[in-house]
Amino acid sequence: MLITCPYCGPRDVIEFTYQGDGNRERPDPASQNFEAWNAYVYDRLNPAGDHNEIWQHSGGCRAHLRVVRNTLTHEISSVAFVRGDHTSIARRKAEGKS
Amino acid sequence: MVERQSPLEPEFHVGSHGNFEHGVEIILTETRPGSIVQLAAWPGEEKALISAIRTVTGLALPDGAGGGLSDGVKSVFGFAPGKFTVADEAEGLAAAFAKVVTPAIGTVTDLSHGRTAIRIAGPKAEWVLAKFFAIDFALPAFPVGAGRSTTHHDVFAQIQRTGADQFDIYVFRSFARSFWKALCHASEEVGYEVQ
Ligand SMILES: [Zn+2]
Repeated sequence: MLITCPYCGPRDVIEFTYQGDGNRERPDPASQNFEAWNAYVYDRLNPAGDHNEIWQHSGGCRAHLRVVRNTLTHEISSVAFVRGDHTSIARRKAEGKS
Repeated sequence: MVERQSPLEPEFHVGSHGNFEHGVEIILTETRPGSIVQLAAWPGEEKALISAIRTVTGLALPDGAGGGLSDGVKSVFGFAPGKFTVADEAEGLAAAFAKVVTPAIGTVTDLSHGRTAIRIAGPKAEWVLAKFFAIDFALPAFPVGAGRSTTHHDVFAQIQRTGADQFDIYVFRSFARSFWKALCHASEEVGYEVQ
């Protein structure tokens, strides 16, 4: 599996570290909304298809990346820097972006 | 000034080694720069940092990811977004950068004692490095001056191409001897000389 880092270009997956599901939205750290925290920690979409993921190019430029990977085919359909992408997941969904 | 010890020393054997009866196709050296500095720009301050690099080193960085250049004495290359490695034969680079890279522009980290710089040169340099790193070493994909960040068995490496068949590899000092031994073993089949 190759991931095309926006800085380094195509690199073997061995250079990357999976940082988790990119669909999660962490509640405000001061929040006592236990349902929101429970959802953040446990609820996963587990799709058979395109999945929003966060990866770090830990063995390269060390940038954090927002990756869309197909869980059936491992096809990577988009890779972008997390930095500079300040749009929240909720707003991205509302705007119809993945 | 105290003389700096090389971490390679117990495994650094000057002379020709391996299968060199038909000629030496790899030259291995330790470049021992006096200064190795890492610079990072805050978001939006990249141009100010590139201008500071020009002020201190006289080197004008080309545009683009991994862009770099070397004048044979000083070298600079990008290794991550807004981040650059600078090396100089002379000491004092960190102090010089601390004067121009203000806290509003970014950070200066002195790695002179933290990294070891190994140079691999010769007609088989691409061949030997391709055994270590899963990146494209061909000249059109990796032009002279450019830098790459990659990994060999969890040993993080920054590589700058400083000639058509010459690469400078910056590795953690604590891993340098092990990496050097591996590089020597990998070069045996083509014949190598340590200088
Ligand atoms: Zn990268």
